[in-house]
This record gives sequence, C-alpha cells and structure tokens, in this order.
Amino acid sequence: MKPSIQATSLHATYVSLSVLQDVSFSVPKGEFFIIIGPNGSGKTTLLKILSAIMPFQRGNLEISGIPMAKYSRRSLARIMALVPQTVPEDLPFTVRELILMARTPRMGLLGLEGDQDIRMAEEAMAFTGVGPLAERKMDQLSGGERQRVFIARAICQEPQIILLDEPTAALDLAHQVRIMDLMEKLRTEKGLTIVMVSHDINLAAMYGNRLMLLKKGRIVKMGLPGDVLTFETLEETYECPLLVDESPLGNFRRVTLVPRKFISEDLQTMAARNKR
Amino acid sequence: MVLGISVGSTGSNFKETLFSLLGIEKADAMLETIIWRIRLPRVFLAALVGAALSLGGLVFQALLRNPLAEPYILGISSGSGIGAIIGILTGLSPFPGVSLAAFAGSMATLLLLLFMTSGKTMLKKNTLLLSGVMVNAFCGAFIMFLISITQDDRLHNILFWLMGDLSMADLPQVWLLAAVVVPCTALIFCLSNTMNLFLMGKELAQTMGVNIKVITAILLVATSIMVSATVAACGPIGFVGLVIPHLLRLVVGPDHRVLVPACLLGGGAYVVLCDILARTLPEQGEMPAGVVTAMIGAPLFIVLLKKSGS
Repeated sequence: MKPSIQATSLHATYVSLSVLQDVSFSVPKGEFFIIIGPNGSGKTTLLKILSAIMPFQRGNLEISGIPMAKYSRRSLARIMALVPQTVPEDLPFTVRELILMARTPRMGLLGLEGDQDIRMAEEAMAFTGVGPLAERKMDQLSGGERQRVFIARAICQEPQIILLDEPTAALDLAHQVRIMDLMEKLRTEKGLTIVMVSHDINLAAMYGNRLMLLKKGRIVKMGLPGDVLTFETLEETYECPLLVDESPLGNFRRVTLVPRKFISEDLQTMAARNKR
Repeated sequence: MVLGISVGSTGSNFKETLFSLLGIEKADAMLETIIWRIRLPRVFLAALVGAALSLGGLVFQALLRNPLAEPYILGISSGSGIGAIIGILTGLSPFPGVSLAAFAGSMATLLLLLFMTSGKTMLKKNTLLLSGVMVNAFCGAFIMFLISITQDDRLHNILFWLMGDLSMADLPQVWLLAAVVVPCTALIFCLSNTMNLFLMGKELAQTMGVNIKVITAILLVATSIMVSATVAACGPIGFVGLVIPHLLRLVVGPDHRVLVPACLLGGGAYVVLCDILARTLPEQGEMPAGVVTAMIGAPLFIVLLKKSGS
C-alpha cells in the first residue's frame, strides 16, 4: 500500500531564509506521527507545506502516492484536513454551521448541503462529544470545546489524513488527554493517518507511533519514541538541563524539565550515568 | 416598488397605478406616460443600485474581514467621481459621456489598487484596506481641487452628481446597468459558500479547497465592476453598502448563502424607499437620494452598533 505521506529531500525557504533543509520521511497509512522540536525548528512550516498552504522549493512530496502538484485544492481537501493552531476569535457561526462547512469540498456549485452532509456532521459531532453544543455560537465556547469542535470539523471533511498544529497547547491536563485519546480513537477506529505538531514531549512519548525531532530545519532523529527521546539527543537539541527516565506507567520515556535550582551534584552524577 | 412608482410629484392614486402596471385598466394618458417613462425606470434604477451597493458592501466585508469595509472605502467611488467631473468639465453629454468617464475613472482606480497591492501582499487584508484609504483620500483631494477651479453653472451639476442622483434614469440606461449587475450578482451568489469559509481564516479556507488568490481576485473584480457601473449611473450613494449588510446580518445570521439574496432584496428596497422620501419630502423639487440614504443610514448604523455591542 502507498504511504499516506512520502517526502523526499524537501527544502523550503521563507523570505530568503532557509527554514527546511533536506527533510525526507514517510508516514504509512494509519500511523500516529508526531513532529517535535524547539521553537523555530520548522515544525509548523512542515505542516503548512504538507497542507499546501506554503510552497516548497526543492524536493518531492507525494500524498497517497500522487505528487502534490497534481492535486487541486479541492481534491486535496477531500483526503486531508487541518486542525489549525489559531482561528479567528469572532467566528459568527454556530457549532453545527461550522462543522457543516467542512463538507464544502464535496458540495456543488451553490454549496448547498444534502442529507449525506448533515449525517456526516452529526456523526462527527457524536464522535467528538460536541453534540450538546451544536446550537451554541463559536464565541461562547471554552478553549477545550473549541478544539474539539475543530477536530469534529476536520472529521466531517472525511479525510484520510488529519494534520494538527499543537492541538493541546492551550488546554488543561484533562482536555489534553481527552484530545489525544480522541486522535488515538480516530486512528484505531477509522484508520486515519494522523500527523501532529506538538511541543509536549511527554504526550508525544505516550501517543506517537513514531516521532520526528526537528532542529533548525533539519531532522535530528526520527523513529520509535524510545529511540528518539534519549537524554543525549534531547539535551543537545533543546540545549537545556533535562531528566529522562522510564515512566512508571509503562514502557515509555518520561522527560522532566530541570530548573536551575535543582541542578545539584546528585543530578549531575545522574546525568553522567544517563549518558553512559 | 409599486408604491415607488405610484408616488410622485404630480400626485396619483395607488390603485390606478397598480391596475395600469398589470394592464388591467388603462389610466389616463398622462399618468401612463409618467409611470412608464419616468417613474418605472427610476424605481428599477433605485432597486438595482441598492442591490448592487449592499451586495458590494457584503462582499468587501467578507473579503477583508473588516466590518467597516465597503466598496467606497477602497476609493472606487472617488475614482469614478474624478472621471465624472472631468467628463462634466469637458462638456460631455450626461449619458453616456459622463457615465462612461465615471466608469473609466473607477476602473482606473481599481487597476491602480490591484497594481499597488499585487504579488504576495495582495492577500494581506490590511495592505488592501490601507491602500484603498490612501487612494480614496487622494481622489477626494483631487475632486476638491477640481471643484475649486470650477466657477460657472457646471459646479451645480458636479455637486448634484456627487450627492448621488437617481433622477436622470431612463430605460436604456437601466437595461445597461442590469446587464452589468445581474451577471456579477450571479457570480457572487455562486461564491457565497466560499465567502463563509473566508471567515474561518485564509489558511483554513485553503485546506478546505478554496483557491484564495483566484477567488479573492474574482470577487474583487466582479464587485468593483458592479459598483463602478452603479456609481457611473447615478453617482455615489453612501451608506447602503455599510448599513444593509450589518442590519441583515442581525436579522438572518452570518450565512452568506442567505445573506447574498437578502442583501439584494434589502438593499434594493432601502434605496427605493429612500428615493421615495427624496422625491416627496421637499415641498418643491426633490433632494438627491444619496442625501437621504446617508441621513437615515448613519444614525441607523450607530443604533445597530450600540445594540450589537450590548
């Protein structure tokens, strides 16, 4: 089967500044792929290139085995949906109206929705648990509710691939888990490919099938969470004191920030042991 | 509309007019002539102008995501004002001479604007809006200059044109305007769902299959042509493009698939109504319709602002 995303040696510049260099990767269908990295590493740029919002200068990008250039915006919208990081605050629509708009790439010239469209919207709302909010205005929702509505919107687009830009960034703990569980459920129940940009290394460790660690536009490391999230790699990439150990929950890494006041001799020896 | 046709300075009877229009019963010859030759074209013109202007306002507000946007703010009306004044000063006939000059003026302004904001910056709404405000200010100053050097009775013609005047309507002119406005309106109606997506932000709209650059250009050009034709036909009539879309948004909601037809009807009705007032309120003669639309529109807009704020 063709991989959902196949990128070969992507290069991108923005205002004559190189933001991505020689980025090659492949995401098989049905994988939860998470891109992590410090600020300015090119994570969001990569996501914008994947969603055709930004062009790339060199390299090759295939979505479901077809080169990006062969897609019209409409045909791309039928297989890929984006959950953006920021959306206008003052959206005048209700939750139901907003979610229904996702059907546009499948609607006719006048953009009138049919029974099938309404059914898909209902299903997406049920899946994400935003059904009770259907008639609420978008500006009356909390941050977590908004995020779930935008995920429902993406699901309603009936894509094969969902791209998410830091969906948990502004959420409290309970909502973070809820969003990540939702993505996991989408992957396992609907077989969707999920590509997420995240700042949260611990969530990435717990949910990602594979991770990509970016720094200054280059791939530092890519692979299973356990292989990417090592003390050496992370300390070198983020340039700050960290503690990396096994999570008591099970077989995955846990990354803890280490504030300056805790850097004692004890920890330094631990760091040394970690390095070995 | 029938009301608009039946009301006029010669005074007449509503029932007679209705019968005459429907061809049920012939009114006397004089009234027939007034109805078919003078009032009917005028009411049609008012309806077309109102529909085009309010739809223009709606499109610009969606496109620029700015509630203050209307075609006039981008300098399209001032541009055609310059064209019209030059037309009047060089002694062209009111129709089609001055109208064509006005149309040329507004098209030149639009091209200048597109040229100024072309390339990458075109997608940034503030660049477009700011350029428009600057073009508008420049054209306004130029109009003042032209007025200040004009001394004879042409000055009255210029001022009356600038205030927005529906009184010169005749049927060929109405048909010509309709031929421009109707296709543009149809095109905009087809893009009404896309305008909904514009409100979600340009990036998200793109991932939902919208080619932002192309659609922006189509909407901008279609709207500008439509509004330019309107301004060329009857001068700048203010506040329709601002008040009607805002009012209707409160009534029918934010969905452009409903708003587009609502603006066509609402805008048309508003200008016809204003024109009736303009014709009947003064004891002698009549006021320019633009005066009435602004006099009602401005306070109404403030009331709307207060209401939506609370």
